[in-house]
Amino acid sequence: MADDQLSRIFSALADPTRRDMVARLAAGDATVGELAEPYGVSLQAVSKHVKVLADAGLVTQSKDAQRRPCHLEAEIFSLMTKWIERYREEAEQRYQRLDAVLAEMQAAEQPTSRRRRSQGAAS
Amino acid sequence: MSVTDRPYQASIEADPDLPIIRITRDFDATPAQLMRAHTDPELFARWVGPDGMETKILDWDATTGGRWRYVASRDGMDFGFHGSFHEVGDDFIVQTFTFDGQPDDVALETLRFEDLGDGRTRLHAQSLVDSFVGRDQWLASGMQTGIDQGYAKLDALVKEI
Repeated sequence: MADDQLSRIFSALADPTRRDMVARLAAGDATVGELAEPYGVSLQAVSKHVKVLADAGLVTQSKDAQRRPCHLEAEIFSLMTKWIERYREEAEQRYQRLDAVLAEMQAAEQPTSRRRRSQGAAS
Repeated sequence: MSVTDRPYQASIEADPDLPIIRITRDFDATPAQLMRAHTDPELFARWVGPDGMETKILDWDATTGGRWRYVASRDGMDFGFHGSFHEVGDDFIVQTFTFDGQPDDVALETLRFEDLGDGRTRLHAQSLVDSFVGRDQWLASGMQTGIDQGYAKLDALVKEI
């Protein structure tokens, strides 16, 4: 996926109303009218939000059906989950290195290998 | 050092209501040992990583009101990071984190070391950034690895899982 599409996804989801709409669509397809109901805003305003979500590839609208329900593209979300998993893996890698450092610290603290050090010197 | 059966795994949470990332991880060590590994610059440089990058500490004063700065290098490319130690307690650290490449962005990091007894400690690491876009881009970029460099390595890693 191109970086600019990723940026569009993140910008699209930066807006709380749009995140809300996405959460609503996760439960099932809905028309622009249905999406507008809880917000007390105009259909035009909701249409604008839908357009931003559609441009980011998060939402599609069927062209032919008269109601033109909005549909959430779930695979985009699995992609986001993958990004988060990568970040987690990176943190896990870091903490595995920390495990090793802690194990060495503990070995150095064993009474058998304890040695006097001048203050702060750890060479 | 490679240990194949890892008893602990980092868990991550991206808060839906606040631009926060939370990471939790258990360790076979005391809170005091974890504090030392986070505040002693020589120890910290050995694990902060990423793998294959050399970390050079340029400035380090891990006390309340102190500051830090380091550079991670590989193949002649440098990635600098800096921040302040806002508060350094007995079992917690509050600090800021900035990638030199994006000097206007700052994350507020809180590290808390929870004593689980029996020589085990749970690390609670929380990063608060100033916007959802910033948080999500941060998640996406794998910032610690360097924006352009790390993807291939991460891809290989993801395939291994």
